[in-house]
Amino acid sequence: MSARPNIDVSNLPTFAFGHRPLTWWCTWSIILMEGGMFVVLFAIYFFLRTPVPDWPPGVAYPEPFWGTVNLFIILASCVPNYFQKKAAESLDLRGVRIWIAVLIGFAAVATAIRFVEFGHLNCRWDQNAYGSVVWVSMGTHLLHLFTDLLDSVVLLALMLVGPIEGKRFVDVSENALYWYFVVALWVPLYVVIYWVPRWM
Amino acid sequence: MRLMNNVSLALTKARAVARRSSSTGYCLLSTVYLLQGMPSQSALHPAGPQAGRIISLWWMMFWVTGAVFLVVMGFLVAALARRRRPFAGEAADVPDVRPEASRERRMSHVVLAGVGITVVILFVFLVRSYVTGRALDSLHEQDHLTVKVVGHQWWWEVRYENSTAAYVLTTANEIHLPAGRPVLFKLTSTDVIHSFWVPNLHGKTDLVPGHENVTWLKADREGTYRGQCAEFCGHQHAHMAFTVVVEPYEKFKAWYDAQLKPAAEPATQSQAQGRQVFLSSPCVMCHTVRGTDAGSRVGPDLTHVASRGTLAAGTLENTRGHLAGWVVDSQKVKPGNRMPPNNLEPADLQALLDYLQSLK
Amino acid sequence: MPRRKKKEEKANAAEPQTGLRADADAVREAVARASAARTDVALAEDLADEHEHRALDKTWGDEPGFWGWLASTNHKTTGRRFIYTAFGFFILGGILAVLMRVQLARPESGLIGPDLYNQIFTMHGTTMMFLFAVPMMEAAAVYVLPLMLGARSIAFPRLNAYGYWVYLFGGIMLWVAFFLNVGPDAGWFAYVPLSGPEYGAGKRVDFWAQMITFTEVSALVVATEIITTFFKLRAPGMSLNRVPIYAWSVLVMAFMIFFAMPTVALASACLIMDRLIGTHFFNPAEGGDPILWQHLFWFFGHPEVYIIFIPATGFVSTIIATFSRRPIFGYTALVLALVSTGFIGFGLWVHHMFAAGLPRMGESFFTGATIMIAIPSGIQIFCWIATLWGGRPRFKSPMMFVLGFFFVFVLGGMTGVMQGSVPVDLQVHDTYFVVAHFHYVLIGGAVFPLFGAFHYWFPKVTGRLLNEKLGHVTFWLMFVGFNLAFFPMHILGLRGMPRRVYTYQPNLGWADLNWLATAGGVILTLGVLLFVVNALRSVRAGEVAGANPWNAATLEWATTSPPPEYNFLRPPTVDSRDTLWTQPADQPVVTGLRSDVREVLVTRALDAEPDLRVEFPESSIWPLLAALATTAMFVGSIFTPWAVPVGMLPVFVTLTGWFWPKKKRMAEEQPPEEVREKHGERWMELREQES
Repeated sequence: MSARPNIDVSNLPTFAFGHRPLTWWCTWSIILMEGGMFVVLFAIYFFLRTPVPDWPPGVAYPEPFWGTVNLFIILASCVPNYFQKKAAESLDLRGVRIWIAVLIGFAAVATAIRFVEFGHLNCRWDQNAYGSVVWVSMGTHLLHLFTDLLDSVVLLALMLVGPIEGKRFVDVSENALYWYFVVALWVPLYVVIYWVPRWM
Repeated sequence: MRLMNNVSLALTKARAVARRSSSTGYCLLSTVYLLQGMPSQSALHPAGPQAGRIISLWWMMFWVTGAVFLVVMGFLVAALARRRRPFAGEAADVPDVRPEASRERRMSHVVLAGVGITVVILFVFLVRSYVTGRALDSLHEQDHLTVKVVGHQWWWEVRYENSTAAYVLTTANEIHLPAGRPVLFKLTSTDVIHSFWVPNLHGKTDLVPGHENVTWLKADREGTYRGQCAEFCGHQHAHMAFTVVVEPYEKFKAWYDAQLKPAAEPATQSQAQGRQVFLSSPCVMCHTVRGTDAGSRVGPDLTHVASRGTLAAGTLENTRGHLAGWVVDSQKVKPGNRMPPNNLEPADLQALLDYLQSLK
Repeated sequence: MPRRKKKEEKANAAEPQTGLRADADAVREAVARASAARTDVALAEDLADEHEHRALDKTWGDEPGFWGWLASTNHKTTGRRFIYTAFGFFILGGILAVLMRVQLARPESGLIGPDLYNQIFTMHGTTMMFLFAVPMMEAAAVYVLPLMLGARSIAFPRLNAYGYWVYLFGGIMLWVAFFLNVGPDAGWFAYVPLSGPEYGAGKRVDFWAQMITFTEVSALVVATEIITTFFKLRAPGMSLNRVPIYAWSVLVMAFMIFFAMPTVALASACLIMDRLIGTHFFNPAEGGDPILWQHLFWFFGHPEVYIIFIPATGFVSTIIATFSRRPIFGYTALVLALVSTGFIGFGLWVHHMFAAGLPRMGESFFTGATIMIAIPSGIQIFCWIATLWGGRPRFKSPMMFVLGFFFVFVLGGMTGVMQGSVPVDLQVHDTYFVVAHFHYVLIGGAVFPLFGAFHYWFPKVTGRLLNEKLGHVTFWLMFVGFNLAFFPMHILGLRGMPRRVYTYQPNLGWADLNWLATAGGVILTLGVLLFVVNALRSVRAGEVAGANPWNAATLEWATTSPPPEYNFLRPPTVDSRDTLWTQPADQPVVTGLRSDVREVLVTRALDAEPDLRVEFPESSIWPLLAALATTAMFVGSIFTPWAVPVGMLPVFVTLTGWFWPKKKRMAEEQPPEEVREKHGERWMELREQES
């Protein structure tokens, strides 16, 4: 029997960062579909807005103070997020642990403030369609904050307890990517919820 | 006339298609119905300019797409059946991985031509469809009638609007229209979405709660046409029909004047007793009979119920027996409808029927 | 159990077919370059193969017993379950269809009352669309795609198992509700306000809305797997221009799922919130709008049709190429047609709402888009006919279904073009004309190709061929029955018969054609039953298929039938589009993947050069547990909103259990080059710590 021509792949790496690992594709899939979901939420908001002369209808403007505070906190969280990603991609276990912990702090504060924000929307979800869409939009974003918060907690636990694996660093890097997405969602949502009623 | 001609021509063809899929002559038999004057609820028998325009657009599309279909099937059959030069690998079932380049080129030309023809045909359809759509919406005339139709589960409230309050007429489930005069319909609903559809006159328009949609109708041919709800609206969607009676203007006017009058006073003892039964039973909770104390708008207006051809939104022919069955236990006839059963003494029932039948 | 047999047959595994030679040097060179260290060690192949497949069997096989059966995450196991379940729902939905036809065979027939009938037609539509058609298309992809791309597994196999369980539980929930007389009754489109809190009392519509959530979760995870598998797990050398058309079609399907499904999930969430916690999205009295529901639903609902149809065109392309004995004609045109259908499919939704009273100008745009989608469909039809023209057609049973597809689908396409026109649509909308049309395009466009695909891949899945004669009889019964059942409906619609009526009056003249349609429906049913009989018989007593019974060109035929758990003993490489027809005898195979863990070769997205070897997770019970937790949360939320926050906890716990690693394995890992260069010492440190 002659030898079969073959290509030997035993020297290939077992993990990588960027778009090479499968998880990157999974993260982007989630970003794509959830981003689509938010686009539809915005569409619902403006669909309901269009035929109505007064907006918000029959209720006071939402108070932007806590929302603005949260905007700055969430934007500021990009800093630990950046270092988290960087630490992960240079296999810096200590750095990863520290920066995930910091990020968890930011996420926890943002989540807590979100609950305060609901109290300052000046409407309830069952008051009218405006209230419904505002609450549901905020709630959906809260769900994202909360999910990524839990995700980060699990990752931190993994990184503390072990076993450490190369692909865990990839997970941290992907988690950072997802957090950027959560941050990026909040900016337009913040504008729509707090300022569109005043401007449009 | 030309249109009818068209119809029968197309039928020959439809029959041919039907025959292909049917081994019996059954299909052929049933398509004959298309030509007969059944109680008219058919898009194929237009009685007004809009339905006429739509169906002629449809026939145009029918012929063209029919021809395209036959050509495509012809190519398919030819592709399968054509003679082929013997191929070296034939016996060994070896695939032809390097198809002859010149033939591939010829085929790509044919495919391209096919795509080109498709684009042209679709463009023609688009333009023709747009033109027809414009024509459908250009019925606006000063001298028109305005009828407001409100959909209810599962009947139709019909209100002829008029700037003079005394001439506003409310009735149900039967719409009379003067022939040859455009009518503006304002359509809305108080519960779920319904759809207003008289296929002999025009396509449908939905009745959406919170919206008022409008549609224009014009009926040229006199006759009685049936309309039916065309948006699923719950239990009795199947039994939510109405009648459109198209008649000459004088006849319409006479009908209108008669309908404007309050209900006829009872002429007999029995009718008077019947009115008493009506007014003292749950009937008054939902129905109006103008000229009496019954003024509720939950159910259809019964002021001239005896003048209508059908009962229960086109479900039953308006006869005494049907009326009795409906009053006593409407749930048997139209399960799920909003009218409760009425347990009446036989004498009271007969009196009530006498009264209702007097409401011409 | 076919698995036993499979193990015996494994010895003569994966000897790819020898076909005509093509010049493949360039490709092999590229592949060789990519391989970090090519070894030309001569192996005593038989011995090595034997050793290898024993090791792989142990690694990739499931644990024995019921527990192992539940925990299986192999894409073929999941795919088979998916297919059987979806087929089960097809039968259930078909039974409902027969019931409706029996009721409608005579006017004012009192067999089924309106309350039950409305549940039945709602369940029929819902089952066929959400529980049969879309899952079946996903299921076929889950089974076939990794094999066709030459991969050992689908990407994210645990997620795949989770997607299946969630789908199964969602479907069971809906049907249990139906048997308890709380089946949804507002139509598969659930228009508000009929489905809203005021007019849709009880829990019926809530079950419908949550079923959407179940199938949506399932569809989205499967779409993620398909996209990742397509881009990252292709055999070395299978650059994008060599990907089989079927793979392209499921890729387009997956992307369409991404953009369509979240919309309906959001819409159904809004609906259920309107019903349960008093929001007002669709309540016109409080600023909501019932038309909003229609926009959201159809923005999903129309692409849904293409989600079903596009993979079916993939079946058609595959079957036509195989049985025409030549490469598909117009590969690039076909792929572009698929992609453009995917795009245009999102621009048509308003044609479901022409009668809703929207502005006319906007409607003209949608007329244009609707008519335009006929162009890519036309391109596909023409290319297929050209393939047949230039090939040497073999009339095997899969091919018969594809030929039936041509007749039925093209006819349905013609009526589709008619309905793109606003004026015509205003007449035929919501009549039996539309019922006829979409059964022509859905049964014609998807079910006929699907049955073709069943006959085509049955030998791959089971190792045995379906009976060819019975296959032909099945086809003719289905074809004749279908046309008898649905052609008359065109005429009924034009003659004024609306959809979704539980009965009609005798004097309307609809009785005869309805009777005919029912008779046709019975024949169609017989055809489907005959298929089931054929399948049950053939799985035991059918002719043994061998690796490539049709002498087809794609990679799934390069391995044994049924394939081993790990798909390929030696993962193949590819040097052309019609691999098995054109590859040389010495086409290289992939070696160097570990056989003691589930290692899979990951290639680059565009040119499919080898990039990483990634360890895939073992089988696990966690996906099932997570699906159970998810089910508890979703079903609970029908009864109390508190089920959502409370139910999240078990979901979180099961997901954590799912992702928690079991063992240390850093010693076997290999960081990527750039990391090795820059942070090599850190890696060594970590490794030492770990050990």
